[in-house]
Amino acid sequence: MKRPWPRPDGDAGSALIEVRDLTKHFPIRSGVFGRTVGQIRAVDGVSFQVRRGETLALVGESGSGKTTAALSLLRLMEPTAGVVTFDGQNALTLDRPGLKRLRRKAQIIFQDPFASLNPRLTVGTMLREILHVHGLARGAAAEARVGELLALVGLHAADAMRYPHQFSGGQRQRIGIARALAVEPEFIIADEPVSALDVSVQAQVLNLLADLQRNLHLTYLFITHDLSVVRQIADRVAVMYLGRVVETGRCESLFESPRHPYTRALLAAVPVPEVRRTRSRVLLSGDIASPANPPPGCPFHPRCPHPDKDEICRTAVPGLRDVGGAGQAACHKA
Amino acid sequence: MNDMPERSGEIRHRALRLLMALIPGLAHLRQGHTHAGLSLLGLALSMITVSIFANERIQATFTAGRLDYWVALLTLAVTLGLTWVVSGVSSRHRLDARVGGSQWAIAWLGFKQNRVAMLGLYLMIALYLATLLGPFLTGYEPSVIGDIAATRHLPPSVEHLMGTDKFGRDVFTRVLYGARISLSIGFIAVTISITLGTAIGAVSGYFGGAVDTVLMRLVDTLISFPRLVLLITVIALFEPSLLIVIVVLGFTLWPSTARIVRGEVLSLREREFILAARALGLNSPRIILRHIVPNVLGPVIVAATLGLGNIILIEAGLSYLGFSVPLPTPTWGNIINDGREAMLQAWWVTTFPGLAIVITVVAFNLVGDGLRDALDPRLRT
Repeated sequence: MKRPWPRPDGDAGSALIEVRDLTKHFPIRSGVFGRTVGQIRAVDGVSFQVRRGETLALVGESGSGKTTAALSLLRLMEPTAGVVTFDGQNALTLDRPGLKRLRRKAQIIFQDPFASLNPRLTVGTMLREILHVHGLARGAAAEARVGELLALVGLHAADAMRYPHQFSGGQRQRIGIARALAVEPEFIIADEPVSALDVSVQAQVLNLLADLQRNLHLTYLFITHDLSVVRQIADRVAVMYLGRVVETGRCESLFESPRHPYTRALLAAVPVPEVRRTRSRVLLSGDIASPANPPPGCPFHPRCPHPDKDEICRTAVPGLRDVGGAGQAACHKA
Repeated sequence: MNDMPERSGEIRHRALRLLMALIPGLAHLRQGHTHAGLSLLGLALSMITVSIFANERIQATFTAGRLDYWVALLTLAVTLGLTWVVSGVSSRHRLDARVGGSQWAIAWLGFKQNRVAMLGLYLMIALYLATLLGPFLTGYEPSVIGDIAATRHLPPSVEHLMGTDKFGRDVFTRVLYGARISLSIGFIAVTISITLGTAIGAVSGYFGGAVDTVLMRLVDTLISFPRLVLLITVIALFEPSLLIVIVVLGFTLWPSTARIVRGEVLSLREREFILAARALGLNSPRIILRHIVPNVLGPVIVAATLGLGNIILIEAGLSYLGFSVPLPTPTWGNIINDGREAMLQAWWVTTFPGLAIVITVVAFNLVGDGLRDALDPRLRT
């Protein structure tokens, strides 16, 4: 049932994906002739790397540019600038056949299990189409492979004959995972894969993802805004704010000693299931600024509760600096 | 001795099975599917009735050597055969759409519950059957003029169900033959305009950008012409004929479909399953044909049925103005045009083709409305 697919044996821990200064600006057009009057800086110079076999969680509130970064990474959206190195190859300059090879290595799982499946195709038809397009299997072999894929995500081979609307949300998400696995990828972007599901179903899907990672040696980029999910699944975390990465680090150390004031505020907002334990809460005032008009200096400074906030924060953009451990933070005061 | 009642029961059972195999719809009636049973039975009975009454003309088919006779004979045989096949197959495997059925099966269930729409569907089928069976349903020829003095403007009677016109021709026959023109123009022109509109709308919506701008400005230009004036101009440039009318109607009515499809595609394009298809490396033609077009088919089918009624109306208008198929070929529009001067003395010449237009357009609109409801997942429980 479990067929660990052949893969080039890179060293575990070496970088599979390296993202440098990834930028995606959307032009704001107005007037009759569609003059560009401004830019929405959805992703504004994001850098991170994902190592072979690990799970990197990309965390941030809505509008921080997580999904845009993910879609640009896979070239489902053309980034404005930046470099994405996938397995030593620049993914942003690939030609058509190169892009098709990339599609076999990198896949994506979406958030909404109701919008992510074509309602007109049975699960089997959908999976067979993928196998056919990439020349992976045909005829009886394809049939068997579909059964295998469904078994891999905990569904029955007979489910191949059913349509998406005949499944529950959790089952649909499993189908979405099976679809991503159909091309035998090394790397999967999971874009909030559980945030549309019930809590009990969330745990099942997370466990499935963890099992698959172990058995198939997958590398995950896990996008979420739910920090309890992060703790459960991630090895390392990158926190995004207003189109930039503001802090990265190993999961435990980041949860234990967050260095960036934004990360602190995020962590303080996670509910704790112990009644007696009281914690200092960090309340942020205001909303995330508009990416069309980001504040000068540190993008977080208008909301920053740091006591030493000063003129530098208002004028200079902080870069990611090592802050001890394996962590980095983009804060003048960290 | 003991097995006598058993054996007679066996015989009765066999006789019943035989009867059910012979008479279409009976099996459905026995299973309690009154609706399906009655439709099949009614269809078979009406076909048999036609073949009895038109016996002479059916035999004439082999000597007359006319295409429409052969078409009518084929229709008769196929329809009769189909009632048997459908009855036999569907009474054994009744598909249960709730388990394992596709979205289309569910839509059909929804459609069946809509009585008005079903009435429209029956009317539609009856109209097409009547058109195809034309030569067997009437004893007259549509364009042959007999003794005008004796047969001019006869009121409706048993011999002339809808009376006669100023040349003494049977109006019922002319309406029947006119239906051919109207319905086939409708059907072919809609097929052309739907195919073109779906293709252009899907390409425009999927690729966006410059492609979209160019195609949509073309659509705007075509839509902004007054339709009838455009049609008359184009037709006036050529010799009016059936082909020209079909082509012109087909190639001028696609913009509205293209707009509907483009709108649907714009929202569909952002759906995650399209993103997933791109992430999986499917190419654009495949994504458009397999993942986008099937999902816009609902609105397209609705547009097609509504467009069919619309085209029949436009064609009637054109032939009323004399810009459609030339005389003496009857179309509903030119029959009305012919009867216009004598409307007060001979009301039947204009009234019956008018009624035919009304019934046809209403039938198509009912079916279109029914489909719109049945295909809309938001109205489904």
